[in-house]
Amino acid sequence: MAPVRTQSSPLKIVLPLAVFAAAVAAWEAIVRLKGIPPYILPAPSLIATTMVADWLLLQASLLTTLGTTLAGLALAVVGGVGLAVLLSLSRIVEYSLYPFAVVLQVTPVIAIAPLLLIYMPQDVAVLACAWLVAFFPVLSNTMLGLQSVDRNLMELFELYGAPTSQSPLARLGARLKALWYLRRPAALPAFLAGLRIAGGLSLIGAVVAEMAAGSAGAGSGLAYRIIESQYRLNIPRLFAALVLLAATGIGLFLALAALNHLLLRRWHESIVRRDR
Amino acid sequence: MPMMQPAPTLVSLKGISKIFSNGVTALSGFDLDIHAGEFISLLGPSGCGKSTVLRLIAGLAEPTAGSVTWPGSRDSDHRGEIGFVFQDATLMPWANVADNVWLPLRLRGVSRRDAQDRIVESLALVGLNDFAKAYPRELSGGMRMRVSIARALSLKPRLLLMDEPFAALDEIARFRLNDDLLRLQSELRCTVVFVTHSVYESAYLSSRIAVMSARPGRVVAAIEGMPPGPRAEDFRTGAAYAQLCRRISQVLLDQTAEERP
Repeated sequence: MAPVRTQSSPLKIVLPLAVFAAAVAAWEAIVRLKGIPPYILPAPSLIATTMVADWLLLQASLLTTLGTTLAGLALAVVGGVGLAVLLSLSRIVEYSLYPFAVVLQVTPVIAIAPLLLIYMPQDVAVLACAWLVAFFPVLSNTMLGLQSVDRNLMELFELYGAPTSQSPLARLGARLKALWYLRRPAALPAFLAGLRIAGGLSLIGAVVAEMAAGSAGAGSGLAYRIIESQYRLNIPRLFAALVLLAATGIGLFLALAALNHLLLRRWHESIVRRDR
Repeated sequence: MPMMQPAPTLVSLKGISKIFSNGVTALSGFDLDIHAGEFISLLGPSGCGKSTVLRLIAGLAEPTAGSVTWPGSRDSDHRGEIGFVFQDATLMPWANVADNVWLPLRLRGVSRRDAQDRIVESLALVGLNDFAKAYPRELSGGMRMRVSIARALSLKPRLLLMDEPFAALDEIARFRLNDDLLRLQSELRCTVVFVTHSVYESAYLSSRIAVMSARPGRVVAAIEGMPPGPRAEDFRTGAAYAQLCRRISQVLLDQTAEERP
């Protein structure tokens, strides 16, 4: 992932916007000139008016999907960081649990979604799906980060902060101290990288589960709107929902990139500008 | 240093051998007495176990055989009396200079406010008062090493262990830090054990040099009777220094010649 620069030239913003505007204009022109019917390819202007006309419906769906995504991400952070900390504190726990986390990751979740829908209420199943895909990047990145403390710093810690007694409780206390003083800050960059991946995945998980849930109805999200619009051949609304979904992904990415920047701007190489 | 009765022994290493779990014998039959107030250099080829000696003194490793004792002290835990400086500055990149210096005190349970005076004092010793709020990546290599030394001094250690601390620095920064280190030692009256593979550095700094053999390491020669007088630019360019360097090099050469069949 490209590092976020503090100050970038205006071209980096202007150029992609110009390309985007040109593409939309070309799309509009082709649809009008060739007279393509809206149920095959609606013009951008029609998508925009549909967005306004159907806003109440789309807004409710947007909030549903956004809520699922954010809740899934939050749970993934809690679970991923919690498990990573647990694994880093005890080798026994690491050996017994980590393989299952990997199994969870390599199984394509879309295959689990129908099962989840059988065992859980629909909204819980969708949330569980979002959580499952977002969980692993948080876990593996945080684990990597927690292990990336400079060895000499750990030696300093041993020199100055090691427990005076060798009781298991004292050893655990020392590990917690090392965790808080050294491992936690050292793990922050890797954790944030995992979080940015997990943000996108959580949205994908929510969309996949909504699609698998299909026509179940109440409190339906954007992905369900897309399926529904397809059945009804309401292609302009399908596109409008798609635009909102893309906007959600972009917004999520920007928010997490900003968080990353905010937390690391003073000290991390990926952010501090090299030239001076 | 005035000639008086020998200084009391601070740390005594007797019959040390160290075999790592991978079967490598790092040290064998290693004996060394470290006297209070001296500046002793451990000089030897790379991989001769110099760093291992420091880790044994600090209690970061246990000898396979032999003993590390502090004859003049009844305490069994000496970790609070030791300052350790690594070859890299090993600062915490996420913390500013003051917080980095705070680390040893913090690990000993001293709050930031109570440590403030000590932090300022330590930074003043290495001439970095104005950089308390800077982050490590904003500093040059020499300044980072100064922070590392300030951190080691923050506990006011009786014994300063330095593991090739200036090896990665350019010559100008190294010369300056050499002089500062000697000034610090005379101000703080601490004992320094300095690991190096540089004949010139050991000749400039030390009051005594222990020459080590290649692996398995042990002390094969001690060089004492350093030329008197202050260490400064004059000394570095003078004849006494050149002669001392030649003497040390000769000892080192003789040792390596004996070892090769």
